[in-house]
Amino acid sequence: MPQRLAMPVKDRNHSGQLQQDYTGSEILLRCLIEEGVEVVFGYPGGAVLPIYDSLYQGALKHLLARHEQGAIHAADGYARATGKPGVVIATSGPGATNLVTGIANAQMDSIPLVCITGNVPQNLIGTDAFQEADITGITMPITKHSYLVTDVQDLPRVVKEAFHIASTGRPGPVLIDIPKDVSNARSSYSYPDSIHIRGYQPKTDPHPLQISRLHKILTKAEKPLILAGGGVVTAGAEKELIMFAERANIPVTTTLMGLGGFSGQHPLWLGMPGMHGTYAANHALLECDLLIGIGARFDDRVTMGRLDKFATKANIVHIDIDPAEIGKNVDTYIPIVGDVKKVLSTAVAEVPRTPSDAWIEKLQKWVREKPYTFCDSDEELKPQWVIRHLYESTGGDAIVTTDVGQHQMWVAQYFPFANPRSFITSGGLGTMGFGFPAALGAQLGKPEATVISVTGDGGFQMTSQELAVASLANIPVKVAVINNRCLGMVRQWQEVFYKKRYSEVDLADSPDFVKLAESYGVKAWKAENKEEAKRVWKEALSHPGPAVVDFRVAPEENVYPMVAPGTGLDEMIMGDEDK
Amino acid sequence: MRHILSVLVNDQPRVLARVANLLGRRNFNIESISVGESEEPGLSRMVIVTTGDERTMEQVQKQLHKVIDVIKVQDLSQHSAVERELLLVKVGAGPADRMEIGGIIEPFRASVVDVGPQSLMIQATGERSKLDALLELLHPYGIKEIARTGVTALSRGASKAGTAVLAGG
Repeated sequence: MPQRLAMPVKDRNHSGQLQQDYTGSEILLRCLIEEGVEVVFGYPGGAVLPIYDSLYQGALKHLLARHEQGAIHAADGYARATGKPGVVIATSGPGATNLVTGIANAQMDSIPLVCITGNVPQNLIGTDAFQEADITGITMPITKHSYLVTDVQDLPRVVKEAFHIASTGRPGPVLIDIPKDVSNARSSYSYPDSIHIRGYQPKTDPHPLQISRLHKILTKAEKPLILAGGGVVTAGAEKELIMFAERANIPVTTTLMGLGGFSGQHPLWLGMPGMHGTYAANHALLECDLLIGIGARFDDRVTMGRLDKFATKANIVHIDIDPAEIGKNVDTYIPIVGDVKKVLSTAVAEVPRTPSDAWIEKLQKWVREKPYTFCDSDEELKPQWVIRHLYESTGGDAIVTTDVGQHQMWVAQYFPFANPRSFITSGGLGTMGFGFPAALGAQLGKPEATVISVTGDGGFQMTSQELAVASLANIPVKVAVINNRCLGMVRQWQEVFYKKRYSEVDLADSPDFVKLAESYGVKAWKAENKEEAKRVWKEALSHPGPAVVDFRVAPEENVYPMVAPGTGLDEMIMGDEDK
Repeated sequence: MRHILSVLVNDQPRVLARVANLLGRRNFNIESISVGESEEPGLSRMVIVTTGDERTMEQVQKQLHKVIDVIKVQDLSQHSAVERELLLVKVGAGPADRMEIGGIIEPFRASVVDVGPQSLMIQATGERSKLDALLELLHPYGIKEIARTGVTALSRGASKAGTAVLAGG
């Protein structure tokens, strides 16, 4: 990509003083380049005209989305695939408010984003000016931090702090709101070398006393269990986790966000726990005598909100970078605050082997005897079969993104991820329309990877306009639409909990996705049975550009196992016959 | 249980909104918030009165620490502290009642700060319970308006409170 700068990074005149020569928007771009930003996602508008004018120089690659929500999800997908902060630019008012879902999505899943919004000139702020919205106020509860820049001289410090805050500690989205007069104002430029934020000093090194307490309790644990979450992926601690689990002989269950953080092929892996988790993982949670939560937040999709039934026989060890997570949902016997990678690499030294052989044998028997099951068919295309086929056809060597709902759960169940950052999903917020734009961002961050956007016919229609981006920039994402002609997960709940009163879930009048894709210049296929599915998916995979496959799957398939809301993990519904 | 939190924050625009927003969003109770300058330029001291069990209070403090503009959080309930609130109250009282009211407020060390033809304004400072007791005694005369500052507080002794600082994540 071009790193062509119109000006050197630090310009001094003959007497060595900094020139007073840059506009706020030029300074902003220089700061982004200084931070190593490769690509920004965005959409122009009145209040960001100066910024887009500076972008015109071509020093920074910009991807023009077709909706700001698409832009921010793409930045989010880029961040999840690469581990680097994603950057998005939107204009004031509606541009900024269109980012809100994406900001909340990133906040819930602890994804580093730097969101840059324009605002009306400062003399108009507070006057209900055209396209004015109080975006720092609106996003206060869903950002890690936010800035309203009132002086162009603050801009370099603010950008540096924003990247630092977004990407360190527990990552999250940071918003920088820049009034138009600040973008236009002129100032000297120098990028700060160091950073000091008095109220922000994340603790990354674990307390040695807690590590020795952990070692001590391990020697007595006959039924230990590791619950690994997204924090393992964020910290890049997958190797440390495997070493720790193997040496201490502890089985591992990975949450939705943790999938790929521990290999789905490893003999100690039990699968995902919770509402649609495996029998082995959920029953291990019920019976364990020691539960080690690692970068996991014990949310209600894992505990079912029934703490009276969750790991009641266990002492809980909780390892997390965010002290506020410890003790938030469950009582903790040993709290360990720190960076998961540092904690595990410290703890793995001299870690004792737990006396857990009999326990592991029992769990592995459950893994073998109670796998995920579905009734396959030769007449109909079953969604579970499709996901398994995506896995087999790629050998699992792919980045897969999803929205929320049935297709998301089937990917979690039937695509055993082996590597971190290969499963990109809207875990906490559960955002429809997230996966496809996220896949575009992921592909830009990982150009060599096969990137598959598994989506539903509902979710795809929320952000399908980004097909234009895929087409124009030739981003070779493969979209697998799991098309059941309805809002599957809502329909499933209406079937099971609302006496089959199917209210507003019928999507039978959706457009022909093949024609839709083709109208954007994207190659597309339809598949109604296994033979077609195999054939067209192979074509899609070998097609050098973006591709859409409309998998017309059985409409009434449900996600099982399932733990009904309000019940405990001991009350798993294993299939339709159990209802 | 009632807790008084002393929170040192950056004197930045919206810092009060950030803190109040957080407490509201996490469903924490707020009895009062007061904010003003602190001993250090650039920092304000916010005094928050809240109620909750031990677990809730731990969460309140940890969540407050996550706000980037929060520098220090101290639970004054765990220390010996002085707690004060200022009350201004307008009482309906003609000339005939003034002596009597004067007698009522005297033990509270309250004072009359404004006199109208048919009203008095009384100023009192103290702990919340003391001001509540005074208001109860003034009630029969007819209370027209009340303004209270909310609690402000400082730990006793020479040393600064808040040496135990949790790291923000």
